[in-house]
Amino acid sequence: MKLSKRHLAIGAAFVSAMIVTGIGIAAWIVYEPALPEIARPSPSSFDRGLVAKGEQLATVGDCIVCHTAPNGAPFAGARALPTPFGTLFSNNITPDEKTGIGAWSLAAFSRAMRQGVGRDGSHLYPALPYEHFTHVSDDDLKAIYAFLMTRQPVSQQAPENQLLPGLGFRPLLAGWKLLFLRQTAFEPQANESAEWNRGKYLVDGLAHCGGCHTPRNLGGGEEKGREFAGGVAEGWNAPALDTTNPSAATWNADSLFAYLKTGSNREHSAAGGPMGPVAEGLSRLNDADVRAIAVYVASRMHPSRDGAPAAVAAEAGIDNRSAAAAAHPEADLLFEGACSGCHAPSAPMNVNGRPLLSSTSDLKADDPRNAVQTLLRGIEPPGEKGPYMPSFSNTVTDRQLAELLAYARARFTNKPAWPDLEAAVGDIRKENAE
Amino acid sequence: MTISISVNGEGHEVEADPDTPLLYVLRDDLELNGAKYGCGLGQCGACTVHVDGMPVFSCLTPVGLLEGRKVRTIEGLGTAEKPNVVQKAFQDEQAAQCGYCIAGMIMRAQALLDRNPSPTEEQIRVHMQPNLCRCGTHARILRAVHRASLELSLASVTGGAQ
Repeated sequence: MKLSKRHLAIGAAFVSAMIVTGIGIAAWIVYEPALPEIARPSPSSFDRGLVAKGEQLATVGDCIVCHTAPNGAPFAGARALPTPFGTLFSNNITPDEKTGIGAWSLAAFSRAMRQGVGRDGSHLYPALPYEHFTHVSDDDLKAIYAFLMTRQPVSQQAPENQLLPGLGFRPLLAGWKLLFLRQTAFEPQANESAEWNRGKYLVDGLAHCGGCHTPRNLGGGEEKGREFAGGVAEGWNAPALDTTNPSAATWNADSLFAYLKTGSNREHSAAGGPMGPVAEGLSRLNDADVRAIAVYVASRMHPSRDGAPAAVAAEAGIDNRSAAAAAHPEADLLFEGACSGCHAPSAPMNVNGRPLLSSTSDLKADDPRNAVQTLLRGIEPPGEKGPYMPSFSNTVTDRQLAELLAYARARFTNKPAWPDLEAAVGDIRKENAE
Repeated sequence: MTISISVNGEGHEVEADPDTPLLYVLRDDLELNGAKYGCGLGQCGACTVHVDGMPVFSCLTPVGLLEGRKVRTIEGLGTAEKPNVVQKAFQDEQAAQCGYCIAGMIMRAQALLDRNPSPTEEQIRVHMQPNLCRCGTHARILRAVHRASLELSLASVTGGAQ
């Protein structure tokens, strides 16, 4: 067929119409109205019981960790959040009217939590885990709102985000949400206990455990169908919380409860990296909710509910010292000088009920990353007290650190040696310096 | 066995097991008594010295790790008669109460200022965090680090010594 001018004109008109329609649809998806500013509600206008409930729920969500800068005022934001897409700075969620959420109505707050849209209609980055908060009930959002609106207002503007070119254009986030945000209410499962359902509600919603423990795709969304298969957070592995966790056999609801509540459990290890502040937060949460979380997570690890670990007794207390020393004679001496003051089976740490190295999950893991990070970064006590380990980053070279870890793995586990350990140490050290 | 280590620019041969903490070798063999034994567990920082310019807890640093690496202690900074900028700043701010932590504090501060002569308040606080003072002179210690930083910046502008 020969193309006439008329054909071309019709084609052009058709393409134009498609583009206009496309822009129209895009604008409709992107557009969110600004919600009216309100005068900051007086703190006394909130029911004290509701505020107290909100305090516990905000503790589940651990809002304070991301929304507080180091040594900064609580909830006043401006904490740098490094992501693969650049650095974001958290918002001020104190009730300051200019720089915080003082002028936000409950409707504006709920929209931000569930849909990731600010009061002014701008899209919020998914560092705010709204794909989890979308499951939170109206009543609970109301309580958290009451809690936040009765905090001390602090005037503090977050610094500008430093994102990869183009990603500062917030309307793009509407596309991200179209791909990754599923807004669904929480559906209790009738065949499960009330405790289990409470745990699932908290874990999938406010506690947003999947934010770290679910792998993310290239677009930064949590992978569907791979919930709790394990992810990466701030340079640390967030272990799988399902049957694939290599230590699943040794976790049950009781040990998970103790670990979450105290940041340490004798049959496992101390919470390291970003899990430290999580455990610190959970130490202030009521026992019933922490137990519900533990019950639900245990059920993910043991779907058949036969959760009683028998392997613990067999594994704890492994000490292949002579074989390890024969394979790594230098490291045996270095371990004696650098590590045994705390980690020898006879050292005060063990006597006082802290985990033995033969119990630590990180030493048994297939990937040495967390073991390497523990030596390079140490373990910071998240609050005023808690598990602590100094950093050995400046003390040992990559080769020495690899030798020490190879020795510890050989001595305290029956697992095969980690391959290419020195290169892994070098890579992780480089990452940490970035 | 005989171990060779380099401390404050000088080579030493010491008779010690490789698992001996550097702190013991410094104090018992080399008579460099500035670094102190506090907790022996890397929790207090009284034993802080530099290895290759970075602060370490010498109580947790086996001497066998140090082949080919450079150790620096407070004795390598200045002398009682001629203190270096950081030592002088700690004196001027009267940062010591009992003084037990101060050698470690100065070495940790020195490591920061060597790399960054004008740190922010936040950077100073984060950097100094591992070292504890039980008398509670932290406020004076922070002032001393600030003062040293000012002196260093001034010196770099006027081309002064140190």
